[in-house]
Amino acid sequence: METGNFHHALKIREDLCIGCSHCMNVCPTEAIRVRNGKSVLFGDRCVDCGECFRVCPVSAIIIDHDDFNHIFDYKYRVALVPAVFTGQFPEDISLRQIHSVMLELGFTHIYEVENGVEILSKAINDYTEKHSENKPLISSFCPAIIRLIQVKFPSLVDNIIRLKPPLDISAHFLKKELLTMGIPAEEIGIFYVTPCAAKIAAIKDPVGESTSPIAGVINMDFLFNKVYRKVKQQNGQSCAIPVSGKLSGKATCWSLTNGEASQISGRCLAIDEIHNVIEFLEKIENEEITDIDFLELRACDESCAGGVLTTSNRFLSVERLRNHADSYHESDEPTHPDAFRKITSESEYLTSKISIEPIKPRSILKLDENMAEAMKKMEKVNRIMQLLPMVDCGICGAPSCQSLAQDIAQGEGGIQQCIFIQKILEQKGEMSLDDSVEVMQSIWGFGKTNKYRDIKGI
Amino acid sequence: MMHFEYHVEGGNFTKAGAASSQLKKILKQLNVDPKIIKRIVVALYEAEVNIVAHAFEGDIFIDIDTEKIGIKLVDQGPGIADIELAMQKGYSTASPSVREMGFGAGMGLPNIKNNSDELKITSQVNIGTTVELVTYLNQ
Repeated sequence: METGNFHHALKIREDLCIGCSHCMNVCPTEAIRVRNGKSVLFGDRCVDCGECFRVCPVSAIIIDHDDFNHIFDYKYRVALVPAVFTGQFPEDISLRQIHSVMLELGFTHIYEVENGVEILSKAINDYTEKHSENKPLISSFCPAIIRLIQVKFPSLVDNIIRLKPPLDISAHFLKKELLTMGIPAEEIGIFYVTPCAAKIAAIKDPVGESTSPIAGVINMDFLFNKVYRKVKQQNGQSCAIPVSGKLSGKATCWSLTNGEASQISGRCLAIDEIHNVIEFLEKIENEEITDIDFLELRACDESCAGGVLTTSNRFLSVERLRNHADSYHESDEPTHPDAFRKITSESEYLTSKISIEPIKPRSILKLDENMAEAMKKMEKVNRIMQLLPMVDCGICGAPSCQSLAQDIAQGEGGIQQCIFIQKILEQKGEMSLDDSVEVMQSIWGFGKTNKYRDIKGI
Repeated sequence: MMHFEYHVEGGNFTKAGAASSQLKKILKQLNVDPKIIKRIVVALYEAEVNIVAHAFEGDIFIDIDTEKIGIKLVDQGPGIADIELAMQKGYSTASPSVREMGFGAGMGLPNIKNNSDELKITSQVNIGTTVELVTYLNQ
């Protein structure tokens, strides 16, 4: 099994963190602890779902992206945008306006990610026919889900479909198109506009693939603000003619909930939001649910429309995209002289690049590599659990009594961290008040235990 | 050597699978091979559902050491008159209402057998059934 740290796009800024523990309490893999008044991330447990980012009240959790000016390192600057980006804008702003502003901002080409769906949907259907031994097959679309399965459901890694998501397929297509036009590789910069942290982590540290054709990543909220402001200032004047064709209805809705499941043959289910996914995977793992052919699993509620870097309300984004999908007619497609060819014209090449390597498990649940040691640690955890109050208050700096007990068994915590234990030890004269204050300060920092002077004035 | 016990209520399908979920969690923490975990959990789940579907109540006793996992399920219930017949694929005495819930396809005992290394069933009609299964870890 693989262990060790993985690239994470989520970072906690120590200078901004106030140690409020909101992030610790919502993390679905219990990857966060509070130490010295700051949140600390356990890299091997984090799946980059971004739940912590959503709840941080002081924006101390940031999603690392590339500097926008980095695009100017390249002569040919391609924005690879997912359909949900268009879904961020009010209905009265057209795709043409959005794209023309993006060209003014410095991109030389714009291409929608979901074009890759035209290649992928056929590949998935072929794959599901050939790999019936690993049912239910699980979509590889959402990188947070892939990581979740690696760390929490290691027995299901072989169920993940070993095909690239639309993003990678489109990126390979763009690179090939530009190279065919005679542009040298070093002048091509493909920049992905991401709705979430997990996609960034997947690009910087791909699972089941060695390199990515993508040069950089730009956060969707950042680009949305930049584009929307310019659209507002221009008062609706649009100039450029779109150079890429409209997405088909199927492709437009691919990243939304049921976007994949509705296109795959057999019994398919779509489940969104990470806790819902965890609940369902538990049942799949026990074989309580059988006879499902394909599972579309997404970490965010309403899938990518609910990505942590989106600005618009997710339900409105979904409505807009569904409207776009309904208004699609193949005959409407413009044929701009500079437009990229249809992605299907490179079907053979892209299908040859579509596979990914087997995905390896990296369980975070094991207490020790060695089973005898793990049993000793588990007995210790069970003994500690007998002493803890089971209220999951989080005062110890761990999200639950269970996680504190495990931290202690792993040598990463002490039982005096528990406020209930402290009180009992103080009463029995086994711990001094000074010592207990010191323990609290080691968890919550000095600020939160130094407020006595304020009490007098109440 | 570790020992765990779980109680199972007959007729409560809402809680069916609780013991197998717990055991799964324990085995993951003990770094048991995921493929072996899957076999054990599938076998236990089937046996657990059998108690829920057929018996009044039952208890599950689990013993874990580094060599093997032993599971014993003891129920108070109708018992099995002909164990050999019950072991046949597709044979089921489950009531229509149990079948409606997606259980009772007659795959229970054969599935337990396929997913364990040793299986022993003893039963007395109108008293209850005892199912013992063993899975070896280092094969």
